Amino acid sequence: MKMEDDAPVIYGLEFQARALTAQTAETDAIRFLVGTQSLKFDNQIHIIDFDDENNIINKNVLLHQAGEIWHIGASPADKAVLTTCYNKTSDSRVVSCAAVWRMPSDWETGSHESPDDTAHNPQILELLCHLDDSAHGNAACVLWEPMGDGKRVISLADNHALLWDLQESSTQATVSSTATLEGKGQLKFTSGKWSPHHNCSQLATANDTAIRGWDLRTMSQIYCIENAHGQLVHDCKVKFWDVRNVQEPVKTLEEHSHWVWSVRYNHSHDQLVLTASSDSRLILSNMVSISSEPVRTLSGRRGAQAKEPLKDSVVSTYEEHEDSVYAAEWSSADPWLFASLSYDGRLVINRVPRALKYRILL
Amino acid sequence: MDGEADGTVGMSEDCGPGRRRRVHGMLKLYYGLNEEGKAAEEPESLDPCDINGPHFDPELYLNKLRRECSLAELMDQETCMVKQIRSLDSDMQTLVYENYNKFISATDTIRKMKNDFKKMEDEMDCLSANMAAITEFSASISGTLQDQHTQITKLSGVHTLLRKLQFLFELPARLNKCLELQAYAQAVSSHRRARCVLQQYSHLPSFKGIQDDCHAIMDKLAQELRQKFRDGGSSAKDLSECVELLLQLDEPAEELCDKFLSHARSRLESDLQGLEAEIRPYPSASAVKDASARRLSSTTGAGSLTNNSPKTNTLPSPTSNTDILEFIDRGCNEFVSSLCLVITSYQELFINHAQTGELASKNIPQMANAKLHVFVDDLAARYFSLVERRIQEEKGVGDNSLLVRALDRFHRRLQAVAKLLPGSTVPNKGTEIVIRAATERVKQYLSALQSFYMDSLTDVRQALATPRLSVAGASVAGGGSLLGGPASGRDAPTSLPELLSSLSASILNQIKSVLASVHLFTAKDITFSNKPYFKGEFCSQGVRESLVVSFIKFVCQSSRQFCESAGDKGGSTPPALLLLLSRLCLDYETSTISYILTLTDEQFLVQHHSPVTPVTTLCAEAREAAQKLLNHYVKVQGLIISQMLRKSVETRDWVNTIEPRNVRAVMKRVVEDTTSIDVQVGLLYEEGVRKAHSSDSSKRTFSVYSSSRQQARYAASYTPSAPMDTNLLSNIHKLFSERIDIFSSVEFNKVSVMTGIIKISLKTFLECVRLRTFGRYGLQQIQVDCHYLQMYLWRFVSDENLVHFLLDEIVGSSAHRCLDPAPMEQSVIEVICERG
Repeated sequence: MKMEDDAPVIYGLEFQARALTAQTAETDAIRFLVGTQSLKFDNQIHIIDFDDENNIINKNVLLHQAGEIWHIGASPADKAVLTTCYNKTSDSRVVSCAAVWRMPSDWETGSHESPDDTAHNPQILELLCHLDDSAHGNAACVLWEPMGDGKRVISLADNHALLWDLQESSTQATVSSTATLEGKGQLKFTSGKWSPHHNCSQLATANDTAIRGWDLRTMSQIYCIENAHGQLVHDCKVKFWDVRNVQEPVKTLEEHSHWVWSVRYNHSHDQLVLTASSDSRLILSNMVSISSEPVRTLSGRRGAQAKEPLKDSVVSTYEEHEDSVYAAEWSSADPWLFASLSYDGRLVINRVPRALKYRILL
Repeated sequence: MDGEADGTVGMSEDCGPGRRRRVHGMLKLYYGLNEEGKAAEEPESLDPCDINGPHFDPELYLNKLRRECSLAELMDQETCMVKQIRSLDSDMQTLVYENYNKFISATDTIRKMKNDFKKMEDEMDCLSANMAAITEFSASISGTLQDQHTQITKLSGVHTLLRKLQFLFELPARLNKCLELQAYAQAVSSHRRARCVLQQYSHLPSFKGIQDDCHAIMDKLAQELRQKFRDGGSSAKDLSECVELLLQLDEPAEELCDKFLSHARSRLESDLQGLEAEIRPYPSASAVKDASARRLSSTTGAGSLTNNSPKTNTLPSPTSNTDILEFIDRGCNEFVSSLCLVITSYQELFINHAQTGELASKNIPQMANAKLHVFVDDLAARYFSLVERRIQEEKGVGDNSLLVRALDRFHRRLQAVAKLLPGSTVPNKGTEIVIRAATERVKQYLSALQSFYMDSLTDVRQALATPRLSVAGASVAGGGSLLGGPASGRDAPTSLPELLSSLSASILNQIKSVLASVHLFTAKDITFSNKPYFKGEFCSQGVRESLVVSFIKFVCQSSRQFCESAGDKGGSTPPALLLLLSRLCLDYETSTISYILTLTDEQFLVQHHSPVTPVTTLCAEAREAAQKLLNHYVKVQGLIISQMLRKSVETRDWVNTIEPRNVRAVMKRVVEDTTSIDVQVGLLYEEGVRKAHSSDSSKRTFSVYSSSRQQARYAASYTPSAPMDTNLLSNIHKLFSERIDIFSSVEFNKVSVMTGIIKISLKTFLECVRLRTFGRYGLQQIQVDCHYLQMYLWRFVSDENLVHFLLDEIVGSSAHRCLDPAPMEQSVIEVICERG
């Protein structure tokens, strides 16, 4: 039986864009948030709703007038709350800021009747609070506590990692603790991820070619992988590390022909790994050997005799993009669906091939 | 009537040539001699009308004739028959006459004989009478002589006995005398003669006394013999005589064998100790190793073998280690020849000799033979272990002929043992040692080749590093030391092609000289070269696979390792080396490998009984290595330039920059570096094909690149009403250009390599620009820089559109990222760029 896979769905934004996130708190509708980058026009947040049954995309646009968006994050607890990192230009100076926003409660209404209307008269995000303090500027990214109650975020600003507590319905943010990168030269965090394991007490950050792990309870470094990659994080490789032994990567993927900008594990089946690269490709790999899923025994499973264990492999290479792909995200509602965003503003929604999906499920 | 009947027969037979026979037949019939023509007559005979048959009935015949024939016929018959009767009659008359004459002469003869016999009978009677008289006389004579004869016989018997007795009585004295004179053989033979008699009459007291005396003397004699045997100072002949006598004295053969062998063993062991003493005083092993390694590495070319033989002697000799040939020589001359001597004399004594005498019945040959085998095996094993120890010390690979000659001698001398002891395992074990030594040798050569290769690479690396191969390329005249040590000269220019060719040549020479050395093992005059191992497996598995193929694989593998180790540690391998190795591997793929293997196959007449690595596999491996190295080279060079560009973009405040007046220095540096890379690659790789372009590409593309289309893009960006246009334009543009793989595999030519490097660099530039925000002058600076790059880079790549496209993207992206996108006038840009 041949299983036809659905064609990818493509959506074009008017502006260039780098920031993409799934609406984490939303588990019913397939919804992605995209932040645009424009220096001349008001920047927007596109709320992309994907109608799985009809293969249709519905969009809503919110204005983000503070500046061009470099990073976006959705609250795990409140659908309406999100964070952005943005650039603000004032007096010929470019400043990076971070802020918590709330979407207007009625953003959904009227969107279907007249899309032109919303384009011409878009609603505006409501600012809840800034995640800046005088001492620490230039936020690179803001991370929500995974599966948390939406009260804790970390922002990476220059060489500081700041842990914020959000209070009063996220209208007040106070720094509860900080960690600082120390060393020679101008060190700067370029990106980070909040680990969902260990009771969400660990943070991984990247600066230059080093990867560091931090314990959030003490805000101290717990491991460091120097020279994890060649120049920058820019050698076309994806490396999987075991933080208990950081001498050698567990696994290295060398499928991309240019730098890899984003790597995402599937939330439910972590052998599925998405990688987005500036070679304009998105690659879905099935990394069975490092999956956290236990190795299934074949006994007691009818009709499973023919199933041989899968090997680490590239599942699919997606070529729908024509510019560098800087972001890729799994949907929070459908574990078999993901979106990728290229710099030219093209958002592509794809699914895990059915054959593989059934193989994993059955 | 009768006549008529006869006539019929005559008619049918008369004219036949067998008439005479017919007549003879009839006569025979008459006499009952019918053996001839019996079958033919049988049917005939029953016919009563057959005139010649026995049952002929004249009456019937006549009636038949009368009935059947006319008168004329009857008349004819009659005349014919009358004629026949007449001729028969005359025949009969002749025969009768003849027989009569013969009969008469026979009667005469018989009568004469009767007379003669009568006379003879009378003479015989006379003879018998005479004989009787003679007999009578003889009997009477015998009777008279009888008594005297018996007396004589008796007397002669007594005489003999007396002589024997005298011998017996004299025996002790005689034996003593013999003992004094050391005439042992005589003593023993005398004793043997008397022994049985003495034994037989030992119940008589006098004889008993003699016997005891003899015994005492013989014991003494045996004692003396044993002593002599034990001392062993005597010659082999004496010794064998000694043993022979002892055997005759009923000395147990087994004991003698043991004694003989243990005696021989002590002598052989002293030989072995002498050998061992030569191994003992090792010079410290590492020193030898170093020396030999140095020896190999300093050798270049085929001449090395001869050059080094004096060195071989001078280096280790002060440390008192005799060379292997001397050692084996000594082993052969001392140990093996004494062993052979022992075997021969032993066989002579205990096996061949015993087989003839009465000793054979006691199974002595078998017992002795078994003992000999054990003895030889044991000693040979010790000898072999010494030889092997000595061979293992032969680590210096400079001069192989010595080892081969030594092994040959070793092997040759063992053949003597094989001849002497047909069933012995010694020669086989010896051959095994030779085989092991040869295999070990091949291994040593492989590791020597490998270390030579690595040393060569180190030299190349140094040559590349010391005079920092001037990137401007052509005019390099640095004075790095070239491969192969001082001989090659310090002043030689170290340009890449020369380095490559000298590296390649020295490796090839080294391989050739190693092959020549190894080839000695299979030379015709070497005894072991006709062993099946050296004809087959040694050539195919040993030399071809373990040595040549392994080395080629090693070259490929070590080359590939340069790509891997350098990847993470950030280019520890100089890019020029990568390039050089890639070319080396490529050359290997195209020609060198097949050349080397053909050479090997020819030299060694390899018959491929066992599967061997085909040339194609090796070539594929080499090509893969070459590709990997070249890709890595592109990557490393690309990243070096990328790094410059990246730093230049990241560290600048693009918003608050001043109006551009110059091309930034970093761009000049990029162009310079690219040019030098181009020169570098051009030294080793061919130009390659590029897409056709006009004679003045820089100008033409220049105008296209930044006037019309670029302007349109900026214009689009200004119009707030149509934000889509920008994307539309670039998307349409992209539709018509192919997707560019940045870090893709390159082809083996200069243009492809340069294209790869420039792609990587410009893509980095683009990605970095996209992360920045620009002011008006920032954008203009990028414009200037890109134009500058455009002016110089197009010529390096296969498809200049690629450079246009990427530079377009860079300027386009920076325009997008610009707060105040006011592009610079094209003419101004040109002026600035031309100013430099």
